[in-house]
Amino acid sequence: MIEVDELTKRYGARTVVDALSFAVRPGRVTGFLGPNGAGKTTTLRMALGLCRPSEGAVRVMGRPLGERARALTCVGALLDAGDAHGGRSAVAHLRALARSNGVAQARVDEVLDEVGLADAARRRVGGFSLGMRQRLGIAGALLGDPPVVVFDEPLNGLDPEGVRWVRGLFRRLAGEGRTVLVSSHLMGEMEHTADDLVVIGRGRLIAAETLAAFAARGSGGGVWVRVDDPAPLARVFAAEGVTVRPERDGGLLVSGIDAGRVGELAAGAGLVVRGLAERSSSLEDVFMELTADSVEYGTERKR
Amino acid sequence: MTDTRTRDGAGTAETSPPGREAAPRARFTDLLAAEWIKLRTLRSTWWGLLVSGLVVLAFNIGTAWDTYRYWRPGSDAAGYIADGIPLYHAFTTNGATVLALCAGAFGALAVTGEYTSGLARTTFTAVPARRPVMAAKVLVLTAVTVPFGAVLAAVSFWATQAVLHRRGVGVPLDHPGALRLVVASALLAPVCVLVGAALGALLRHGPGAVFASIGLLQLLPLVLTDDRYWPALLDHATVLSAWVRFSETVYDPADFAQPWSVGGAWTVFAVTAVVAGLVTVAVEHRRDL
Repeated sequence: MIEVDELTKRYGARTVVDALSFAVRPGRVTGFLGPNGAGKTTTLRMALGLCRPSEGAVRVMGRPLGERARALTCVGALLDAGDAHGGRSAVAHLRALARSNGVAQARVDEVLDEVGLADAARRRVGGFSLGMRQRLGIAGALLGDPPVVVFDEPLNGLDPEGVRWVRGLFRRLAGEGRTVLVSSHLMGEMEHTADDLVVIGRGRLIAAETLAAFAARGSGGGVWVRVDDPAPLARVFAAEGVTVRPERDGGLLVSGIDAGRVGELAAGAGLVVRGLAERSSSLEDVFMELTADSVEYGTERKR
Repeated sequence: MTDTRTRDGAGTAETSPPGREAAPRARFTDLLAAEWIKLRTLRSTWWGLLVSGLVVLAFNIGTAWDTYRYWRPGSDAAGYIADGIPLYHAFTTNGATVLALCAGAFGALAVTGEYTSGLARTTFTAVPARRPVMAAKVLVLTAVTVPFGAVLAAVSFWATQAVLHRRGVGVPLDHPGALRLVVASALLAPVCVLVGAALGALLRHGPGAVFASIGLLQLLPLVLTDDRYWPALLDHATVLSAWVRFSETVYDPADFAQPWSVGGAWTVFAVTAVVAGLVTVAVEHRRDL
C-alpha cells in the first residue's frame, strides 16, 4: 500500500508536483503515467524518501519511508537502470545491498536466477547492456522480498522477450498480494499490464481509476468510412444529424451509428464504399487527449 | 521463458502475505559489512592504493639512493646524522605531498563514486538512515587506510635506512624522532582520505572534490607564508605543514620566525580527522537525491 497525500514538491518557483493525492492498492498492478516531465520520477523519489516533499506526505505500508532505519524488506525499487557502480560485479552489488539490510546472502543467488542474470553474475556492471541493467535493478528490488515494489520506466532497453518476462513478473508479484507501481510515459506499455492507472500531467492528478474506467473516457471511437468524394456523404450524415469528422487519411469518422447504418446511408446516396471499419478509442488516444488538456490548463493558469 | 514458479518458502499467493517486513533489525555492523564489500569489490581500490604506495616509496627510496650513489668519501657521517638528514630521507616531503594527493583523491572518489554512478539512490532507498551509512563508510575507509599508511611508512623507513646504512648513516627506529615520524607518516594517509571524503560528501562531484582536496591539502600550505603570525598559524593548521613539523626531528625554535610545537601538529591531525569525519556523516542527512 502506498498513500500519496497532498504531495507537493517545489524547486524554487517551479512546482514539479502539485497537491497530488492517490492510493496504490495491494494485489494489483498500478500504472503510473504521464508525459515526460510530468513529475513521475520526483513523486517516486519522494515515495522512497530520497527527496523531501515541500508539502504533504507519502506513506509506504503506513509510514513515510524516510522514518525507517532499513527499507529493503518494506519496499523494493528500480529507479534508474544505472543505479549501480559500473566497477562492481552484479553479485558484489547485490551482496552489499543485501548485507546493509541483514538480508540473507542466499537471496542474492535466488534473485539473480530469477531475473536471468545468473550467468553474468560475476561480470562487471559497467559492461552490461541497458536491458541487463534493468534486470539487475529488478533483482535489487526483489532482494528483500518486499510487500511493495516500485519500478520507474522498467521496460526501457528491454527486448521483446524481456518485456514479456517483466509483464509476467508484475502480474505474478501482484498475484502474490504485493503492491506493484510501474511508471511509464507510454500508454501502450501499460495497456496489457496494469489493472489501475494513475495519470498525472504537469505535476497534477488527471486520473486515478481502473484501466476500464479510464478507457471509457475516450471520445475518439466510431466508424471509419472512405468513399471517392467525401463531401456528398458528409452532407447525408449531416442531414441525419450524425456527428462526422474528416480524418487525415481522406476517410470520415462517424460517431453515434454502427457500421451497418453507415453502409446503408452510403448506398442510399449511391456512393461506392471503398473502406469501412469499426474503430474504438485506444487508451493511447484517451491518454493523449487528457494530458493535452492538462498542458493547456497549465498555460491557462499562468496567464 | 516466463518464470512462473513461486519463490522458495514464500508459500502460495493466497495464504501467505508477502514480505519479511516483520522484523528488519537495524544493525550498524551490517552497514559496516556492506561498506566493506563495496570498497573491496572495486578493483580501483586496490590498484589505487598499490600504485600510490609504490610512487611514494619510489620518491623516498630514490632520494636515499641518490645520497648513497653520490656520497663523497670522507664526508662527516656523524654530523649528517646529528642534523637529522637520514630521517628526512625516511619519508621525504615529496613523498608526503604525493601521498596526501593520492589519499585525498582516494577519499573523494570513494564517496563521489556513489553519487556519480547513481548507486547512492539504491543505497539510501534500502537504508533511509543516511548518517549511519556515511559513518560506516568513514570507518571502513579509515580501517583500510590506517594499515596501508602503517605498512607504507614502515617499509619506507626500513628501506631508506637500509640504503643509507651502506654509507654508515642509517638510523634505527629508536633514534630520537624516528618513531614519531613513522607514526605521523602512517597517519597522513587516513587523515587526507577523510579530508577527501568530506569534500566528496559536500560536493558530490568527483573531479570537483579531487580539485578541492588538492587545493586544501597541497595549494593552501604552498601559498601561505610562515613568516607572519596569522598566515603562519593558518599554514601550521594544514595537514601537510603539520606533517612537516614531525619531519623536523632536530628542531631549533630560533630557526623559525613563527615556531610551532609537535603537540600542535598532533592536534592538527586529530582535529582535521574528526571534523572531516563529522562533516561526511552530517551533510548527507535530508538532502535531495
